[in-house]
Amino acid sequence: MAQQKEAWGSRLGLILAMAGNAVGLGNFLRFPVQAIQNGGGAFIIPYLVCFLLMGIPLLWVEWASGRFGGASGNHSTPFILNNMDKRRFWKYIGVFGIFTNLAVAAYYCYLESWTLSWVWHTITRSFSGQSQEEVASFFTNYVSLGSSEPIIFWVICLILNTWILSKGLSGGVEKVAKIGMPLLIVFGVFLAIMGISLQSGSHGAINGGSVGLNFLWTPDFSTIWNPKVWLAAAGQIFFTLSVGMGSIQCYASYVRKKDDIALNAMSAGWMNEFVEVVLGAAIIIPISVGYLGIDRVVELTQSGGLGLGFRTLPFLFEQWGTVLAIICGVFWFGLLFFAGITSSLAMGTPWMGFMRDEFGWSRQKGAWSFGAIVLILGLPTVLFFNQGVFDEYDYWAGTVSLVVFALAEIILFSWVFGMNRGWAEINSGSDIKIPKVFRFVIKWVTPFMLLFVFLGALITPKGNDWVGAFSNGWQLDNSSIIKQITNSGLREQISTAQAAGDLETVAILDEKLLYITGARLLLLAVFLGIGYLVFIAYRKRLKQGRIA
Amino acid sequence: MSSAALIMMITTIAVVTCVTGYFFYLVLKTPPKSEPDSYEDNDDEKR
Repeated sequence: MAQQKEAWGSRLGLILAMAGNAVGLGNFLRFPVQAIQNGGGAFIIPYLVCFLLMGIPLLWVEWASGRFGGASGNHSTPFILNNMDKRRFWKYIGVFGIFTNLAVAAYYCYLESWTLSWVWHTITRSFSGQSQEEVASFFTNYVSLGSSEPIIFWVICLILNTWILSKGLSGGVEKVAKIGMPLLIVFGVFLAIMGISLQSGSHGAINGGSVGLNFLWTPDFSTIWNPKVWLAAAGQIFFTLSVGMGSIQCYASYVRKKDDIALNAMSAGWMNEFVEVVLGAAIIIPISVGYLGIDRVVELTQSGGLGLGFRTLPFLFEQWGTVLAIICGVFWFGLLFFAGITSSLAMGTPWMGFMRDEFGWSRQKGAWSFGAIVLILGLPTVLFFNQGVFDEYDYWAGTVSLVVFALAEIILFSWVFGMNRGWAEINSGSDIKIPKVFRFVIKWVTPFMLLFVFLGALITPKGNDWVGAFSNGWQLDNSSIIKQITNSGLREQISTAQAAGDLETVAILDEKLLYITGARLLLLAVFLGIGYLVFIAYRKRLKQGRIA
Repeated sequence: MSSAALIMMITTIAVVTCVTGYFFYLVLKTPPKSEPDSYEDNDDEKR
């Protein structure tokens, strides 16, 4: 079968695409919330330490693994990992690198479609004259599928992603990154200036922008030795860089051995940090605190940054008058859209690379099949959003799988593949001299930190009280992986409702439990399905003599 | 803003912006490797 050659157009395009892969909605919605919940300005210390000791090493490991696999014609993690060690199970560990992308894309594209829809509603002035409650209930109605509009925007978003992917790396993904990333930064700088320059008493603001910045950046150094803060920092670094997904390896597999990866990884990684720390911290909190005050913002951030971004900001922009409300709304949701699409495009490439390498599928066939899978897999997240399906995908595919896969790949790279070969691979063609201390960091510190993150999620103590857990007996929190598996939190809610004789709530929670179980089974089926495809591909390779 | 918040914010923003800018400067000033390389935009250039 004739196949189009896949390649990057330029080095800058590759870096922007990698940075776009890392920069997501979390840079603007998750980071500031994590900071204010974990010591304010002091959070930046464990955050940057984790970036240096876990984030950067993982970026180098993933870039190096990808390029190493690409040299043998492998563009997805099952056979990239298998290429690094011949033991058969590695290719099944590599299934995570396709599964995670498909499952995350399934709900992430829905989230991305909200940004498109909010741009549309900003331009058509849907939020004009609405109270804060009305803007918030607009979001609630939207995700409750009060009309067919969410489905329409979601399908548009899926078609857009699929069409861009069908244009290939240089003709599609890279072009979007080259347009999207500079625009994202311009939009972000404009909104940051608006946030910082907010004046008390102007346009109904009760606080100046500096109050929000002060709230965010005032360091509470008493939190610095709390394991909860370090886990939050490590988790934020982990998710913001899109490591443990398999998409970085796929992008890097199209880089030749003689070309640099070390400087490229640093440039893309630090660009993500710039967007997150410099821009992300200067928009949502200063503007929200300016209008709502610190107490209300603390209350709103208990449920994460998503609500603040979609339910609150459109109302706040409206306080600035028609023209600025339109400009800021389009810039804010446009920025989130570019952050989203540059990430979701990266999620399509591992599947396309795998089907192309193993089954000779054309780029178009790979792209449209990705769109079809995301449509089928994503439909439950759209239809049963309020029943917790969206959150279930996010937890298992977008959180747990990443940590498990990253832990496996760092062990493979530094202990099985070996640091001698690994270090040579990272440095091959390098345009910078990497300090030798990172050799030690990659072998010892990064795996330990990942293990710390994994165990922290597996056995999270009650109330996230790590200090108390050692002295008071280790009771697990309902957010721990172990308790999540048993649906402990939901079952407690059901028991409470039963004890109170609230049969209506019991029925709702029972239904939720059913949907959550269904979502888990679906995700498991997808994982096993990809595993089976890997098995078929392995048999094909054996027959063709491509593996001994 | 309190002095502690201001110091924290300015130091962090300065460090992150400077390091990001420095690496981008390195990328832009480093001459491309000889063909064949990983990038197709310069494939028509003299080898």
